Amino acid sequence: MTLNKGIRFVQGNEAIVEGAIAAGARFYAGYPITPSTEIAEVASIRLPQEEGMYIQMEDELGSIAAVIGASLSGKKSFTATSGPGLSLMAENLGVAIMGEVPCVLVDVQRSGPSTGLATKPAQGDVMQSRWGTHGDHGIIVLSPSSVQDCFDITIEAFNFAERYRTPVIILADAIIGHLKEKAIFRDLKADEIISRKKPEVNNSDYKPFDFDEEGIAPLATYGSEYILRISGSTHDEKGFPCSRPDNADKFVRHYTDKIEKNNKKIIITRKYNLEDAEYVIIAFGASARSALGALEIAKNRGLKVGLLQLITIWPFAAKEVREICNRSKAVIVPEMNLGQIIGEVKKENSFGIPIVGVNKVNSEMITPYDILEKIEEVAKCL
Amino acid sequence: MSLMNYDDYLVKEKLPLFWCAGCGNGNVLGALVRSFARLQLDKNKTVVVTGIGCWGKADDYISTNTFHGTHGRALGFATGIKLANPELKVVVLMGDGDGATIGGNHLIHAARRNVDLTVILVNNLNYGMTGGQYSSTTPENSYTTTSPYSHVEDGFDLCRLVEGAGGTFVARSTVYNIIELQNLITEALNKKGFSFVEAISPCPTHYGRLNGKKTAPEMLNWIKENTITIKQAEKLNDEEKKDKFITGKFVDIDKDDYSTKYEKIIEIAKNS
Repeated sequence: MTLNKGIRFVQGNEAIVEGAIAAGARFYAGYPITPSTEIAEVASIRLPQEEGMYIQMEDELGSIAAVIGASLSGKKSFTATSGPGLSLMAENLGVAIMGEVPCVLVDVQRSGPSTGLATKPAQGDVMQSRWGTHGDHGIIVLSPSSVQDCFDITIEAFNFAERYRTPVIILADAIIGHLKEKAIFRDLKADEIISRKKPEVNNSDYKPFDFDEEGIAPLATYGSEYILRISGSTHDEKGFPCSRPDNADKFVRHYTDKIEKNNKKIIITRKYNLEDAEYVIIAFGASARSALGALEIAKNRGLKVGLLQLITIWPFAAKEVREICNRSKAVIVPEMNLGQIIGEVKKENSFGIPIVGVNKVNSEMITPYDILEKIEEVAKCL
Repeated sequence: MSLMNYDDYLVKEKLPLFWCAGCGNGNVLGALVRSFARLQLDKNKTVVVTGIGCWGKADDYISTNTFHGTHGRALGFATGIKLANPELKVVVLMGDGDGATIGGNHLIHAARRNVDLTVILVNNLNYGMTGGQYSSTTPENSYTTTSPYSHVEDGFDLCRLVEGAGGTFVARSTVYNIIELQNLITEALNKKGFSFVEAISPCPTHYGRLNGKKTAPEMLNWIKENTITIKQAEKLNDEEKKDKFITGKFVDIDKDDYSTKYEKIIEIAKNS
C-alpha cells in the first residue's frame, strides 16, 4: 500500500502507526485509553490493509500478552497505552524482558497519578518506563518531540527491539500525540529495516537463550523447523526452568548488560548550540520543543544557551551529560513532572555546577519563557 | 516419518514429575500426550502455553514448542501466538486459580472471540502451589488455609461460564474417569474454535488434607462419589446438584473462528 506515503499533515499518534507499518509491524493488540486512542483507531484501519491484524483485547494485561505471543509467531507487534495502562502492562513487560521478546509499547503520557487529568499531558512516566516492572533489567525508551519524530523514532524502536531482542517503549505525551504538523512518510530502503537474528544451527542444537558476546541470542519462530521454548521463569539457555544461583546470576546480569553493553549504538541525542554554550538545557519530548524556542529568545537576549535533547531516555546518555556538566556554568532540566530525569543528570555532575529543574505538573506545558526565566535567574547568581 | 509415540511428546530427561504423590496433574499430562500421539500432532506446529501454578509447570515435561508466562494470562499470550500464525495448534494449560480466578476475564473473552485454542483447565479446587488457599472453584463450606472456619463463597461452574461466553466445545471429566477425560481432550484438540475441557483433579496434599481426605485414594474416591453424568444431573434439582462434578460434553457446535472471520476483514480493508 502506498496511499499514506509522502508529505502529510497529521497527528503524532497517526505517525506512530505509519512508522510501525513502515518498520514491518503487522500485529497490534491494545485497549483504548486517552490520549493514545487514535493509535488504536488508525491501527484498526491500516493494519488489515497491509494484511496485518488489529485486535482489541479485554484489558492491557491481555494486550501486551497478545503482542508478546504474536511476536514469537513471527509478526512484528506493538501496543499503545497511557500511564495507567503501562502500569497494568508492567508485569508482562517483565515477561518480554525475561523471554527476550522483541516488541514495542507506546506510552502517550498523561497527567497522573491514577486517573489524573485523563486528557492532559505530562511527562511523569520517565521512571515507570525504566523501573515499572519488578527486578533488575535494562530497557530502551525513546521519546519523540515532533510528528516527524513519531514516524522516525517508531521505526528506530522496532529496529532496536528486533536487534537487541527486547521490548522498547516509546515515551510520547499528549502534546506530541495530539499535535498536528507536517511530516514525511517515506519509503524505507531494505537496509533501514532490521529484523531479529534467526538461528542457523541444527534443529537439535538450538538454544533460544544462548546469547553471544554482544548479548544477543538468535530467536526462532513458533511453527519453524526449530522447537522454541520461551519462559518468564528463570531459565537456562534451552528455556527450561533452572534455579541454580550461578544461572540466575548470569541471566539477571545479562538483562541489564545487553542494553548497557550496546548503549553507544542505542543512545540518540540531538545537540543544539552546544559548542560555546554557558548554560545547557537537557530536555526530551514536548519540553524539548519549548527548549528550542528558549534557545531563539536567549540568543536575542545575548545569553549563550545550548540544548541537549534526549531521544533515547533509557539507557541514559550519561557520557554526554557528564561532558556538558564539565564545561557549562549551569544545566537546566525542564520536564513536566516534579524532577525525574534531573536525578539522572545530577548523578553525572561531579563538578559542582548548579543543576536546576523547571517543573510543571498542572497539566500545562512548559513554555520557552518558563525555561528562559529560570536561566536568567541562575545567571544572576553566578 | 515414523509414528510418534506418546512419550515422544515428553521431555524424558526432566522426569520424574515434581508434583506431589497423589496429585492428578501427571494423569492429565499422560492423557494429554496420549491425545497428541493419537492425533500425531506435529511438534513444530504445536505450542503449549501455560500459566503459573502446579499445572502451569506441565510445559517443563512437554517437548513441543512451549510458552510459560504469567499467572492468569496464558490466554492472552496464546491469542497472540494463534492469531499471528493460524496454522499453529495452540494448547493452553491452566489451573482453576490461574485460568478461572485471576485469569477469568481472559477466559470469558477468548471464548467469546472464538479464538481457535484448546484449553485444558485442571481444577483441583484450591491454590496448590502456594499452599492450599481457596480459589474461585473451592466448594462452599470446605476448608482451605485461608478459609479456616469454612468457605463462604459458592464455587464457580466453569463449564457453564465458557458455554455462556460462546465456547464451541465445552466438556468436563475427572482424573478418576481418565479414559473419558483423554477422549474429551482428543476431541477438543481436533475441534476448530475455542474448546475447553475441565479436568477435576485430586490435591490430597492441601485440599484433601483439610477436608478429611488425606490420602490419594480417599480423595479420588470422594471425586468418584461426587461425580454424576449430564444425564444423571438432568433428574436432580439445583440443591441436589450443588457441588457435584457433572461430567460429559456440554457444547459441541460449529462456527467460524476468529482467524477465519478476520480474513474477511482483511479483504474488505484491502478493497476499501
